[in-house]
Amino acid sequence: MSLMPTPRRDIAWIGRANALVRYGVLIGVGLIMLYPLFWMVAASFKPNHEIFGSVSLWPRDPTMDGVVKGWRTGTEYSFATYLLNSFAFIIPKVVLTVVSSVLVAYGFARFRMPGKQLWFALMVATILLPKSVLLIPQYLMFREFGWLDTYLPLYIPCAFATDGFFVFMVVQFLRGIPPDMEEAAVIDGCNSLQVLWHVVVPVIMPAIISVALFQFMWSLNDFLYPLIYLSSVGKYPVALALKMAIDVTEATAWNEVLAMSTIALLPSLIVFFLAQKYFVEGITSGSVKG
Amino acid sequence: MYDNRVSGYLYIAPFLIGLATFTLFPFLSSFLLSFSDYQLQDPVQQARFLGLGNYIQMASDDTFYGSLGVTFLYVFITVPLKLAFALFIAFVLNFKLRGIGFFRTAYYVPSILGGSVAIAVLWRYVFAGDGLINQVLVWAGGEPLNWLGEPAYALFTIVLLRLWQFGSAMVVFLAGLQNIPTDLYEAATIDGAGKARIFFTITLPLLTPVIFFNFIMQIVQAFQEFNGPYIITGGGPLKSTYLLPLMIYEEAFKYFNVGYAAALSWVLFLIIALFTIIAFASAKYWVFYGNEREDRE
Repeated sequence: MSLMPTPRRDIAWIGRANALVRYGVLIGVGLIMLYPLFWMVAASFKPNHEIFGSVSLWPRDPTMDGVVKGWRTGTEYSFATYLLNSFAFIIPKVVLTVVSSVLVAYGFARFRMPGKQLWFALMVATILLPKSVLLIPQYLMFREFGWLDTYLPLYIPCAFATDGFFVFMVVQFLRGIPPDMEEAAVIDGCNSLQVLWHVVVPVIMPAIISVALFQFMWSLNDFLYPLIYLSSVGKYPVALALKMAIDVTEATAWNEVLAMSTIALLPSLIVFFLAQKYFVEGITSGSVKG
Repeated sequence: MYDNRVSGYLYIAPFLIGLATFTLFPFLSSFLLSFSDYQLQDPVQQARFLGLGNYIQMASDDTFYGSLGVTFLYVFITVPLKLAFALFIAFVLNFKLRGIGFFRTAYYVPSILGGSVAIAVLWRYVFAGDGLINQVLVWAGGEPLNWLGEPAYALFTIVLLRLWQFGSAMVVFLAGLQNIPTDLYEAATIDGAGKARIFFTITLPLLTPVIFFNFIMQIVQAFQEFNGPYIITGGGPLKSTYLLPLMIYEEAFKYFNVGYAAALSWVLFLIIALFTIIAFASAKYWVFYGNEREDRE
Protein backbone atom coordinates (compact mmCIF):
# COMPACT_ATOMS: atom_id res chain seq x y z
CA MET A 1 0.00 0.00 0.00
CA SER A 2 1.17 3.53 -0.69
CA LEU A 3 2.16 5.82 2.11
CA MET A 4 -0.29 8.48 0.98
CA PRO A 5 -3.62 7.97 2.71
CA THR A 6 -6.51 7.41 0.29
CA PRO A 7 -8.81 10.46 0.22
CA ARG A 8 -11.98 9.85 2.16
CA ARG A 9 -14.22 10.56 -0.85
CA ASP A 10 -12.54 7.71 -2.77
CA ILE A 11 -13.10 5.29 0.11
CA ALA A 12 -16.80 6.10 0.12
CA TRP A 13 -16.94 5.66 -3.64
CA ILE A 14 -15.15 2.31 -3.56
CA GLY A 15 -17.44 1.17 -0.76
CA ARG A 16 -20.52 2.08 -2.76
CA ALA A 17 -19.26 0.38 -5.94
CA ASN A 18 -18.41 -2.70 -3.90
CA ALA A 19 -21.90 -2.80 -2.39
CA LEU A 20 -23.44 -2.28 -5.83
CA VAL A 21 -21.55 -5.23 -7.32
CA ARG A 22 -22.51 -7.40 -4.38
CA TYR A 23 -26.18 -6.47 -4.64
CA GLY A 24 -26.05 -7.05 -8.39
CA VAL A 25 -24.69 -10.58 -7.94
CA LEU A 26 -27.10 -11.38 -5.12
CA ILE A 27 -30.20 -10.17 -6.96
CA GLY A 28 -29.18 -11.83 -10.23
CA VAL A 29 -28.48 -15.20 -8.65
CA GLY A 30 -31.58 -14.93 -6.47
CA LEU A 31 -33.84 -14.26 -9.44
CA ILE A 32 -32.46 -17.16 -11.45
CA MET A 33 -32.85 -19.46 -8.46
CA LEU A 34 -36.32 -18.48 -7.46
CA TYR A 35 -37.75 -18.10 -10.98
CA PRO A 36 -38.59 -21.81 -11.40
CA LEU A 37 -40.53 -21.68 -8.12
CA PHE A 38 -42.49 -18.62 -9.20
CA TRP A 39 -43.08 -20.23 -12.58
CA MET A 40 -44.47 -23.33 -10.87
CA VAL A 41 -46.86 -21.33 -8.70
CA ALA A 42 -47.97 -19.24 -11.68
CA ALA A 43 -48.46 -22.32 -13.87
CA SER A 44 -50.83 -23.75 -11.27
CA PHE A 45 -53.24 -20.94 -12.16
CA LYS A 46 -52.81 -21.04 -15.93
CA PRO A 47 -54.70 -23.06 -18.51
CA ASN A 48 -52.45 -25.71 -20.04
CA HIS A 49 -51.91 -24.12 -23.44
CA GLU A 50 -50.69 -20.95 -21.78
CA ILE A 51 -47.94 -22.75 -19.83
CA PHE A 52 -46.16 -23.71 -23.07
CA GLY A 53 -47.16 -20.50 -24.82
CA SER A 54 -45.45 -17.74 -22.88
CA VAL A 55 -42.52 -17.10 -20.56
CA SER A 56 -44.54 -14.49 -18.68
CA LEU A 57 -45.35 -15.28 -15.07
CA TRP A 58 -48.70 -13.57 -14.81
CA PRO A 59 -51.57 -15.77 -16.12
CA ARG A 60 -53.51 -14.14 -18.98
CA ASP A 61 -56.59 -16.25 -18.29
CA PRO A 62 -56.27 -17.16 -14.62
CA THR A 63 -58.10 -20.35 -13.75
CA MET A 64 -58.49 -22.56 -10.70
CA ASP A 65 -58.86 -25.56 -12.98
CA GLY A 66 -55.39 -26.96 -12.32
CA VAL A 67 -55.64 -26.53 -8.56
CA VAL A 68 -59.10 -28.10 -8.35
CA LYS A 69 -58.27 -31.07 -10.58
CA GLY A 70 -54.85 -31.44 -8.96
CA TRP A 71 -56.44 -31.54 -5.52
CA ARG A 72 -58.88 -34.21 -6.71
CA THR A 73 -55.93 -36.11 -8.29
CA GLY A 74 -56.53 -38.71 -10.98
CA THR A 75 -57.05 -41.38 -8.31
CA GLU A 76 -59.93 -42.37 -6.06
CA TYR A 77 -58.40 -40.34 -3.22
CA SER A 78 -58.09 -36.59 -2.95
CA PHE A 79 -54.85 -34.83 -2.16
CA ALA A 80 -56.08 -34.43 1.44
CA THR A 81 -55.72 -38.19 1.93
CA TYR A 82 -52.11 -38.12 0.79
CA LEU A 83 -51.31 -35.14 3.02
CA LEU A 84 -52.87 -36.87 6.03
CA ASN A 85 -50.96 -40.06 5.17
CA SER A 86 -47.72 -38.11 5.18
CA PHE A 87 -48.47 -36.70 8.62
CA ALA A 88 -49.54 -40.12 9.90
CA PHE A 89 -45.93 -41.27 9.96
CA ILE A 90 -44.09 -37.94 10.09
CA ILE A 91 -45.56 -36.90 13.45
CA PRO A 92 -44.58 -40.11 15.29
CA LYS A 93 -41.24 -39.95 13.51
CA VAL A 94 -40.53 -36.42 14.74
CA VAL A 95 -41.64 -37.15 18.31
CA LEU A 96 -39.61 -40.38 18.56
CA THR A 97 -36.56 -38.75 17.02
CA VAL A 98 -36.63 -35.87 19.49
CA VAL A 99 -37.10 -38.08 22.55
CA SER A 100 -34.47 -40.65 21.61
CA SER A 101 -31.93 -38.10 20.40
CA VAL A 102 -32.18 -36.04 23.59
CA LEU A 103 -31.85 -39.08 25.88
CA VAL A 104 -28.87 -40.46 24.00
CA ALA A 105 -27.18 -37.09 23.61
CA TYR A 106 -27.58 -36.47 27.35
CA GLY A 107 -25.93 -39.83 28.05
CA PHE A 108 -23.04 -39.03 25.74
CA ALA A 109 -22.52 -35.47 26.89
CA ARG A 110 -22.91 -35.80 30.65
CA PHE A 111 -21.86 -39.31 31.72
CA ARG A 112 -18.44 -40.82 32.16
CA MET A 113 -18.52 -44.49 31.16
CA PRO A 114 -16.18 -47.06 29.68
CA GLY A 115 -16.44 -47.52 25.93
CA LYS A 116 -18.08 -44.14 25.38
CA GLN A 117 -15.52 -43.03 22.82
CA LEU A 118 -16.08 -46.14 20.73
CA TRP A 119 -19.88 -45.76 20.72
CA PHE A 120 -19.65 -42.09 19.93
CA ALA A 121 -17.29 -42.77 17.04
CA LEU A 122 -19.66 -45.46 15.74
CA MET A 123 -22.54 -43.00 15.93
CA VAL A 124 -20.65 -40.44 13.87
CA ALA A 125 -19.71 -43.21 11.42
CA THR A 126 -23.38 -44.09 10.89
CA ILE A 127 -23.97 -40.53 9.67
CA LEU A 128 -21.59 -41.26 6.81
CA LEU A 129 -22.84 -44.79 6.12
CA PRO A 130 -24.74 -44.91 2.81
CA LYS A 131 -28.36 -45.90 3.28
CA SER A 132 -28.42 -48.22 0.28
CA VAL A 133 -26.11 -50.72 1.99
CA LEU A 134 -28.75 -51.17 4.73
CA LEU A 135 -31.81 -50.91 2.52
CA ILE A 136 -32.22 -54.51 1.39
CA PRO A 137 -31.67 -56.34 4.72
CA GLN A 138 -33.87 -53.79 6.48
CA TYR A 139 -36.58 -54.51 3.93
CA LEU A 140 -36.23 -58.27 4.49
CA MET A 141 -36.28 -57.77 8.25
CA PHE A 142 -39.46 -55.67 8.19
CA ARG A 143 -41.01 -58.21 5.84
CA GLU A 144 -40.31 -60.91 8.45
CA PHE A 145 -41.97 -58.68 11.06
CA GLY A 146 -45.04 -58.42 8.80
CA TRP A 147 -44.63 -54.65 8.63
CA LEU A 148 -44.81 -54.23 4.85
CA ASP A 149 -47.45 -51.79 3.66
CA THR A 150 -47.60 -50.16 7.11
CA TYR A 151 -45.94 -47.00 8.38
CA LEU A 152 -44.03 -48.87 11.09
CA PRO A 153 -40.76 -49.32 9.11
CA LEU A 154 -40.80 -45.58 8.47
CA TYR A 155 -40.83 -44.44 12.09
CA ILE A 156 -40.07 -47.26 14.55
CA PRO A 157 -36.28 -47.09 13.90
CA CYS A 158 -36.40 -43.43 14.98
CA ALA A 159 -37.26 -44.52 18.52
CA PHE A 160 -33.69 -45.87 18.66
CA ALA A 161 -31.78 -42.74 17.67
CA THR A 162 -30.89 -44.19 14.28
CA ASP A 163 -30.30 -40.71 12.81
CA GLY A 164 -26.88 -40.07 14.27
CA PHE A 165 -26.90 -36.59 12.83
CA PHE A 166 -29.54 -35.45 15.31
CA VAL A 167 -27.81 -36.99 18.32
CA PHE A 168 -24.62 -35.30 17.21
CA MET A 169 -26.42 -31.96 16.90
CA VAL A 170 -27.78 -32.15 20.46
CA VAL A 171 -24.44 -33.36 21.87
CA GLN A 172 -22.68 -30.40 20.27
CA PHE A 173 -25.26 -28.07 21.75
CA LEU A 174 -24.93 -29.63 25.22
CA ARG A 175 -21.15 -29.35 25.13
CA GLY A 176 -21.48 -25.62 24.72
CA ILE A 177 -23.48 -25.35 27.96
CA PRO A 178 -21.58 -25.32 31.27
CA PRO A 179 -23.08 -27.95 33.62
CA ASP A 180 -23.18 -25.57 36.63
CA MET A 181 -26.95 -25.36 36.80
CA GLU A 182 -27.27 -29.11 36.52
CA GLU A 183 -24.71 -29.64 39.30
CA ALA A 184 -26.66 -27.25 41.50
CA ALA A 185 -29.83 -29.24 40.82
CA VAL A 186 -28.04 -32.46 41.78
CA ILE A 187 -26.95 -30.92 45.07
CA ASP A 188 -30.57 -29.95 45.64
CA GLY A 189 -31.41 -33.65 45.40
CA CYS A 190 -32.57 -34.11 41.80
CA ASN A 191 -31.74 -37.36 40.04
CA SER A 192 -30.33 -37.28 36.53
CA LEU A 193 -33.71 -37.72 34.85
CA GLN A 194 -35.21 -34.84 36.84
CA VAL A 195 -32.22 -32.72 35.95
CA LEU A 196 -32.72 -33.59 32.30
CA TRP A 197 -36.38 -32.69 32.35
CA HIS A 198 -36.33 -29.58 34.56
CA VAL A 199 -32.93 -28.07 33.79
CA VAL A 200 -31.48 -29.42 30.55
CA VAL A 201 -34.53 -29.60 28.29
CA PRO A 202 -35.52 -25.93 28.76
CA VAL A 203 -31.95 -24.86 28.02
CA ILE A 204 -31.52 -26.97 24.90
CA MET A 205 -34.95 -26.08 23.50
CA PRO A 206 -33.44 -24.37 20.42
CA ALA A 207 -31.58 -27.58 19.56
CA ILE A 208 -34.72 -29.65 20.14
CA ILE A 209 -36.71 -27.41 17.82
CA SER A 210 -33.98 -27.67 15.17
CA VAL A 211 -34.07 -31.47 15.38
CA ALA A 212 -37.85 -31.53 15.08
CA LEU A 213 -37.88 -29.13 12.13
CA PHE A 214 -35.17 -30.91 10.17
CA GLN A 215 -36.74 -34.30 10.75
CA PHE A 216 -40.11 -32.89 9.66
CA MET A 217 -38.70 -31.47 6.42
CA TRP A 218 -36.59 -34.48 5.56
CA SER A 219 -39.43 -36.90 6.25
CA LEU A 220 -41.75 -34.88 4.07
CA ASN A 221 -39.19 -35.16 1.28
CA ASP A 222 -38.48 -38.82 1.95
CA PHE A 223 -39.23 -40.88 -1.11
CA LEU A 224 -37.18 -44.09 -1.28
CA TYR A 225 -38.44 -45.62 1.99
CA PRO A 226 -42.16 -45.07 1.35
CA LEU A 227 -41.52 -46.30 -2.19
CA ILE A 228 -40.25 -49.71 -1.09
CA TYR A 229 -42.45 -50.20 2.00
CA LEU A 230 -45.89 -48.97 0.90
CA SER A 231 -47.84 -50.72 -1.80
CA SER A 232 -51.49 -49.67 -1.42
CA VAL A 233 -52.32 -46.32 -2.99
CA GLY A 234 -54.63 -45.47 -0.07
CA LYS A 235 -51.57 -45.32 2.20
CA TYR A 236 -49.36 -43.27 -0.11
CA PRO A 237 -47.81 -40.10 1.26
CA VAL A 238 -47.58 -36.96 -0.86
CA ALA A 239 -44.20 -37.89 -2.34
CA LEU A 240 -45.50 -41.14 -3.85
CA ALA A 241 -48.78 -39.56 -4.94
CA LEU A 242 -46.85 -36.97 -6.93
CA LYS A 243 -44.68 -39.58 -8.62
CA MET A 244 -47.83 -41.49 -9.50
CA ALA A 245 -49.41 -38.32 -10.89
CA ILE A 246 -46.59 -37.70 -13.36
CA ASP A 247 -46.72 -41.29 -14.52
CA VAL A 248 -50.44 -40.99 -15.24
CA THR A 249 -51.15 -37.43 -16.33
CA GLU A 250 -47.76 -36.33 -17.59
CA ALA A 251 -48.34 -35.53 -21.22
CA THR A 252 -51.55 -33.58 -20.87
CA ALA A 253 -52.20 -31.78 -17.63
CA TRP A 254 -49.16 -29.76 -16.64
CA ASN A 255 -51.16 -27.28 -14.61
CA GLU A 256 -52.64 -30.08 -12.47
CA VAL A 257 -49.28 -31.65 -11.68
CA LEU A 258 -47.59 -28.30 -11.04
CA ALA A 259 -50.50 -27.29 -8.79
CA MET A 260 -50.06 -30.53 -6.86
CA SER A 261 -46.34 -29.83 -6.52
CA THR A 262 -47.09 -26.34 -5.26
CA ILE A 263 -49.50 -27.68 -2.65
CA ALA A 264 -47.00 -30.39 -1.69
CA LEU A 265 -44.36 -27.75 -0.94
CA LEU A 266 -46.64 -25.55 1.17
CA PRO A 267 -46.15 -27.37 4.52
CA SER A 268 -42.36 -27.12 4.17
CA LEU A 269 -42.51 -23.48 3.15
CA ILE A 270 -44.82 -22.51 6.01
CA VAL A 271 -42.72 -24.30 8.61
CA PHE A 272 -39.54 -22.85 7.17
CA PHE A 273 -40.72 -19.26 7.26
CA LEU A 274 -42.15 -19.60 10.75
CA ALA A 275 -38.90 -20.96 12.14
CA GLN A 276 -36.04 -20.15 9.80
CA LYS A 277 -33.57 -19.11 12.48
CA TYR A 278 -33.63 -22.64 13.90
CA PHE A 279 -32.64 -24.05 10.54
CA VAL A 280 -29.65 -21.80 10.25
CA GLU A 281 -28.60 -22.55 13.84
CA GLY A 282 -29.17 -26.26 13.40
CA ILE A 283 -27.21 -26.65 10.18
CA THR A 284 -24.25 -24.68 11.52
CA SER A 285 -24.09 -26.22 15.00
CA GLY A 286 -22.52 -29.49 13.86
CA SER A 287 -19.91 -27.89 11.67
CA VAL A 288 -18.67 -24.68 13.19
CA LYS A 289 -18.96 -25.07 16.94
CA GLY A 290 -17.43 -28.55 16.77
CA MET B 1 -20.31 -34.84 34.91
CA TYR B 2 -21.92 -37.98 36.31
CA ASP B 3 -19.78 -41.00 37.13
CA ASN B 4 -22.67 -43.45 37.21
CA ARG B 5 -21.88 -45.79 34.34
CA VAL B 6 -25.13 -47.75 34.71
CA SER B 7 -27.33 -44.69 34.19
CA GLY B 8 -25.02 -43.56 31.42
CA TYR B 9 -25.56 -46.78 29.55
CA LEU B 10 -29.29 -46.61 30.24
CA TYR B 11 -29.44 -43.24 28.50
CA ILE B 12 -27.55 -44.40 25.45
CA ALA B 13 -29.33 -47.79 25.44
CA PRO B 14 -31.83 -46.77 22.72
CA PHE B 15 -28.94 -45.89 20.47
CA LEU B 16 -27.11 -49.16 21.21
CA ILE B 17 -30.22 -51.22 20.46
CA GLY B 18 -30.88 -49.25 17.29
CA LEU B 19 -27.25 -49.54 16.23
CA ALA B 20 -27.33 -53.32 16.61
CA THR B 21 -30.79 -53.89 15.09
CA PHE B 22 -31.16 -51.31 12.35
CA THR B 23 -27.56 -50.62 11.39
CA LEU B 24 -24.96 -53.30 12.24
CA PHE B 25 -27.20 -56.31 11.63
CA PRO B 26 -28.41 -55.10 8.20
CA PHE B 27 -24.88 -53.96 7.38
CA LEU B 28 -23.43 -57.43 7.96
CA SER B 29 -26.46 -59.14 6.41
CA SER B 30 -26.03 -57.28 3.17
CA PHE B 31 -22.40 -58.38 3.16
CA LEU B 32 -23.51 -62.02 3.52
CA LEU B 33 -26.32 -61.59 0.99
CA SER B 34 -23.80 -60.29 -1.52
CA PHE B 35 -22.34 -63.82 -1.67
CA SER B 36 -25.72 -65.43 -2.33
CA ASP B 37 -28.11 -65.91 -5.23
CA TYR B 38 -31.04 -64.75 -3.10
CA GLN B 39 -34.19 -63.65 -5.00
CA LEU B 40 -36.62 -61.22 -3.38
CA GLN B 41 -39.75 -63.36 -3.77
CA ASP B 42 -38.25 -66.43 -2.01
CA PRO B 43 -38.04 -67.06 1.75
CA VAL B 44 -34.61 -66.02 3.01
CA GLN B 45 -33.77 -69.63 3.92
CA GLN B 46 -33.63 -70.55 0.22
CA ALA B 47 -30.63 -68.36 -0.43
CA ARG B 48 -27.68 -70.37 -1.73
CA PHE B 49 -24.02 -69.53 -1.27
CA LEU B 50 -22.46 -68.35 -4.49
CA GLY B 51 -18.99 -67.49 -3.33
CA LEU B 52 -17.69 -64.55 -5.28
CA GLY B 53 -20.24 -65.19 -8.04
CA ASN B 54 -21.96 -61.80 -7.82
CA TYR B 55 -18.66 -59.95 -7.82
CA ILE B 56 -17.41 -61.98 -10.80
CA GLN B 57 -20.64 -61.20 -12.63
CA MET B 58 -20.14 -57.53 -11.81
CA ALA B 59 -16.65 -57.58 -13.27
CA SER B 60 -18.10 -58.37 -16.69
CA ASP B 61 -21.31 -56.33 -16.40
CA ASP B 62 -21.26 -53.40 -18.83
CA THR B 63 -24.30 -51.87 -17.12
CA PHE B 64 -22.34 -51.77 -13.87
CA TYR B 65 -19.31 -50.10 -15.50
CA GLY B 66 -21.58 -47.59 -17.18
CA SER B 67 -23.34 -46.86 -13.91
CA LEU B 68 -20.05 -46.55 -12.05
CA GLY B 69 -18.69 -44.14 -14.65
CA VAL B 70 -21.80 -41.98 -14.59
CA THR B 71 -21.77 -41.96 -10.79
CA PHE B 72 -18.17 -40.72 -10.65
CA LEU B 73 -18.85 -38.17 -13.36
CA TYR B 74 -21.87 -36.90 -11.44
CA VAL B 75 -20.05 -36.67 -8.10
CA PHE B 76 -16.91 -35.08 -9.54
CA ILE B 77 -18.91 -32.41 -11.32
CA THR B 78 -21.49 -31.72 -8.64
CA VAL B 79 -19.44 -31.56 -5.45
CA PRO B 80 -16.67 -29.14 -6.53
CA LEU B 81 -19.10 -26.86 -8.38
CA LYS B 82 -21.51 -26.79 -5.48
CA LEU B 83 -18.80 -26.07 -2.90
CA ALA B 84 -17.18 -23.38 -5.04
CA PHE B 85 -20.49 -21.69 -5.72
CA ALA B 86 -21.58 -21.92 -2.06
CA LEU B 87 -18.26 -20.40 -0.97
CA PHE B 88 -18.47 -17.63 -3.57
CA ILE B 89 -21.97 -16.58 -2.54
CA ALA B 90 -21.04 -16.81 1.14
CA PHE B 91 -18.24 -14.32 0.39
CA VAL B 92 -20.58 -11.96 -1.36
CA LEU B 93 -23.00 -12.20 1.56
CA ASN B 94 -20.32 -11.77 4.24
CA PHE B 95 -20.43 -8.01 4.18
CA LYS B 96 -22.38 -5.38 6.04
CA LEU B 97 -25.23 -5.01 3.57
CA ARG B 98 -28.83 -4.22 4.23
CA GLY B 99 -31.15 -7.12 3.49
CA ILE B 100 -28.57 -9.86 4.05
CA GLY B 101 -31.09 -11.88 6.03
CA PHE B 102 -33.48 -11.77 3.11
CA PHE B 103 -30.91 -13.07 0.63
CA ARG B 104 -29.72 -15.75 3.00
CA THR B 105 -33.29 -16.98 3.31
CA ALA B 106 -33.95 -16.81 -0.42
CA TYR B 107 -30.86 -18.91 -1.13
CA TYR B 108 -31.58 -21.35 1.64
CA VAL B 109 -35.16 -22.16 0.58
CA PRO B 110 -34.17 -24.31 -2.42
CA SER B 111 -31.89 -26.50 -0.32
CA ILE B 112 -34.78 -27.24 2.03
CA LEU B 113 -37.23 -27.98 -0.78
CA GLY B 114 -34.86 -29.47 -3.34
CA GLY B 115 -34.87 -33.01 -1.98
CA SER B 116 -38.61 -33.32 -2.46
CA VAL B 117 -40.43 -35.15 -5.20
CA ALA B 118 -42.34 -31.95 -5.94
CA ILE B 119 -39.16 -30.16 -7.01
CA ALA B 120 -37.96 -33.17 -9.02
CA VAL B 121 -41.31 -33.08 -10.80
CA LEU B 122 -40.94 -29.35 -11.39
CA TRP B 123 -37.48 -30.01 -12.82
CA ARG B 124 -38.95 -32.36 -15.41
CA TYR B 125 -41.19 -29.59 -16.62
CA VAL B 126 -38.50 -26.94 -16.46
CA PHE B 127 -36.30 -29.04 -18.77
CA ALA B 128 -39.07 -30.63 -20.88
CA GLY B 129 -39.19 -30.09 -24.64
CA ASP B 130 -41.53 -27.11 -24.34
CA GLY B 131 -40.60 -26.38 -20.72
CA LEU B 132 -39.36 -23.21 -19.10
CA ILE B 133 -35.69 -23.41 -20.09
CA ASN B 134 -36.41 -24.01 -23.76
CA GLN B 135 -39.04 -21.26 -23.76
CA VAL B 136 -36.42 -18.87 -22.42
CA LEU B 137 -33.87 -20.14 -24.97
CA VAL B 138 -36.28 -19.56 -27.86
CA TRP B 139 -37.33 -16.18 -26.47
CA ALA B 140 -33.65 -15.18 -26.36
CA GLY B 141 -33.28 -16.29 -29.97
CA GLY B 142 -31.58 -19.63 -29.36
CA GLU B 143 -32.38 -23.19 -30.36
CA PRO B 144 -34.36 -25.39 -27.96
CA LEU B 145 -32.37 -28.36 -26.63
CA ASN B 146 -33.56 -31.86 -25.91
CA TRP B 147 -32.42 -31.73 -22.27
CA LEU B 148 -33.97 -34.93 -21.02
CA GLY B 149 -33.73 -36.92 -24.25
CA GLU B 150 -30.07 -36.33 -25.07
CA PRO B 151 -27.52 -38.43 -23.14
CA ALA B 152 -25.06 -35.54 -23.17
CA TYR B 153 -27.45 -33.19 -21.33
CA ALA B 154 -29.61 -35.39 -19.11
CA LEU B 155 -27.06 -35.77 -16.30
CA PHE B 156 -26.53 -32.03 -16.42
CA THR B 157 -30.17 -31.42 -15.39
CA ILE B 158 -29.62 -33.44 -12.19
CA VAL B 159 -26.32 -31.66 -11.54
CA LEU B 160 -28.15 -28.34 -11.86
CA LEU B 161 -30.86 -29.45 -9.44
CA ARG B 162 -28.27 -30.24 -6.79
CA LEU B 163 -26.34 -27.04 -7.50
CA TRP B 164 -29.60 -25.19 -7.00
CA GLN B 165 -29.49 -26.56 -3.44
CA PHE B 166 -26.18 -24.92 -2.57
CA GLY B 167 -27.85 -23.01 0.29
CA SER B 168 -27.11 -25.35 3.17
CA ALA B 169 -23.41 -25.49 2.30
CA MET B 170 -23.46 -21.71 1.92
CA VAL B 171 -25.01 -21.17 5.36
CA VAL B 172 -22.23 -23.29 6.89
CA PHE B 173 -19.56 -21.33 4.99
CA LEU B 174 -21.13 -18.06 6.05
CA ALA B 175 -21.10 -19.09 9.71
CA GLY B 176 -17.45 -20.09 9.29
CA LEU B 177 -16.60 -16.74 7.73
CA GLN B 178 -18.32 -14.85 10.51
CA ASN B 179 -16.35 -16.85 13.08
CA ILE B 180 -13.05 -15.44 11.81
CA PRO B 181 -11.99 -12.71 14.26
CA THR B 182 -11.92 -9.30 12.58
CA ASP B 183 -8.74 -8.27 14.39
CA LEU B 184 -6.85 -10.75 12.20
CA TYR B 185 -7.96 -8.82 9.11
CA GLU B 186 -7.14 -5.51 10.74
CA ALA B 187 -3.68 -6.68 11.73
CA ALA B 188 -3.03 -7.98 8.22
CA THR B 189 -4.18 -4.72 6.64
CA ILE B 190 -1.93 -2.70 8.93
CA ASP B 191 0.95 -4.99 7.96
CA GLY B 192 0.20 -4.06 4.35
CA ALA B 193 -1.35 -7.30 3.05
CA GLY B 194 -3.48 -6.98 -0.08
CA LYS B 195 -6.91 -8.51 -0.58
CA ALA B 196 -5.65 -11.63 -2.35
CA ARG B 197 -2.95 -12.15 0.25
CA ILE B 198 -5.48 -11.83 3.09
CA PHE B 199 -7.75 -14.33 1.38
CA PHE B 200 -5.06 -16.97 0.90
CA THR B 201 -3.22 -16.54 4.20
CA ILE B 202 -6.07 -15.83 6.61
CA THR B 203 -9.55 -16.54 5.28
CA LEU B 204 -8.90 -19.79 3.44
CA PRO B 205 -6.79 -21.49 6.16
CA LEU B 206 -9.27 -20.54 8.89
CA LEU B 207 -12.10 -21.82 6.73
CA THR B 208 -10.57 -25.25 6.09
CA PRO B 209 -12.46 -27.01 8.94
CA VAL B 210 -15.74 -25.84 7.43
CA ILE B 211 -14.62 -26.74 3.91
CA PHE B 212 -13.69 -30.19 5.21
CA PHE B 213 -17.09 -30.66 6.86
CA ASN B 214 -18.98 -29.52 3.75
CA PHE B 215 -16.80 -31.64 1.48
CA ILE B 216 -17.45 -34.85 3.43
CA MET B 217 -21.17 -34.22 3.70
CA GLN B 218 -21.52 -33.38 0.00
CA ILE B 219 -19.47 -36.37 -1.18
CA VAL B 220 -21.46 -38.80 0.95
CA GLN B 221 -24.72 -37.25 -0.22
CA ALA B 222 -23.79 -37.09 -3.90
CA PHE B 223 -22.84 -40.76 -4.05
CA GLN B 224 -26.33 -41.59 -2.76
CA GLU B 225 -28.29 -39.54 -5.30
CA PHE B 226 -31.52 -41.40 -6.05
CA ASN B 227 -34.53 -39.08 -6.41
CA GLY B 228 -33.05 -37.09 -9.27
CA PRO B 229 -32.41 -39.95 -11.68
CA TYR B 230 -35.46 -41.92 -10.55
CA ILE B 231 -37.96 -39.12 -11.01
CA ILE B 232 -36.45 -36.68 -13.50
CA THR B 233 -34.82 -38.98 -16.05
CA GLY B 234 -35.69 -42.54 -15.03
CA GLY B 235 -31.99 -43.34 -15.42
CA GLY B 236 -32.07 -42.66 -19.14
CA PRO B 237 -31.67 -41.83 -21.90
CA LEU B 238 -29.39 -44.76 -22.78
CA LYS B 239 -28.49 -45.17 -19.08
CA SER B 240 -26.74 -41.80 -19.14
CA THR B 241 -28.12 -40.99 -15.67
CA TYR B 242 -28.22 -44.52 -14.30
CA LEU B 243 -26.46 -43.74 -11.02
CA LEU B 244 -25.42 -46.61 -8.75
CA PRO B 245 -28.14 -46.12 -6.09
CA LEU B 246 -30.74 -46.36 -8.85
CA MET B 247 -29.14 -49.51 -10.23
CA ILE B 248 -29.09 -51.05 -6.73
CA TYR B 249 -32.77 -50.22 -6.28
CA GLU B 250 -33.77 -51.66 -9.64
CA GLU B 251 -31.71 -54.83 -9.24
CA ALA B 252 -33.35 -55.49 -5.86
CA PHE B 253 -36.92 -54.28 -6.26
CA LYS B 254 -37.54 -54.49 -10.00
CA TYR B 255 -35.51 -57.55 -11.07
CA PHE B 256 -35.51 -59.13 -7.55
CA ASN B 257 -31.78 -59.99 -7.76
CA VAL B 258 -31.19 -59.23 -4.10
CA GLY B 259 -27.81 -60.98 -3.94
CA TYR B 260 -26.46 -58.97 -6.85
CA ALA B 261 -27.97 -55.75 -5.53
CA ALA B 262 -26.35 -56.37 -2.13
CA ALA B 263 -22.99 -56.84 -3.84
CA LEU B 264 -23.50 -53.55 -5.71
CA SER B 265 -24.43 -51.78 -2.48
CA TRP B 266 -21.22 -53.02 -0.87
CA VAL B 267 -19.20 -51.66 -3.77
CA LEU B 268 -20.92 -48.31 -3.31
CA PHE B 269 -20.22 -48.48 0.42
CA LEU B 270 -16.53 -49.23 -0.17
CA ILE B 271 -16.22 -46.34 -2.60
CA ILE B 272 -17.76 -43.89 -0.14
CA ALA B 273 -15.68 -45.34 2.72
CA LEU B 274 -12.52 -44.95 0.65
CA PHE B 275 -13.26 -41.29 -0.08
CA THR B 276 -14.09 -40.58 3.56
CA ILE B 277 -10.95 -42.31 4.79
CA ILE B 278 -8.77 -40.42 2.31
CA ALA B 279 -10.41 -37.16 3.33
CA PHE B 280 -9.89 -37.80 7.05
CA ALA B 281 -6.34 -39.06 6.55
CA SER B 282 -5.41 -36.04 4.46
CA ALA B 283 -7.08 -33.63 6.90
CA LYS B 284 -3.97 -33.22 9.03
CA TYR B 285 -2.10 -31.82 6.02
CA TRP B 286 -4.61 -29.20 4.99
CA VAL B 287 -7.26 -28.68 7.67
CA PHE B 288 -6.19 -25.98 10.08
CA TYR B 289 -7.47 -26.10 13.64
CA GLY B 290 -6.49 -22.82 15.28
CA ASN B 291 -5.81 -24.08 18.78
CA GLU B 292 -6.05 -27.64 20.02
CA ARG B 293 -9.41 -28.34 21.54
CA GLU B 294 -9.40 -29.33 25.18
CA ASP B 295 -12.09 -31.99 25.20
CA ARG B 296 -12.22 -34.26 22.22
CA GLU B 297 -14.44 -37.16 23.02
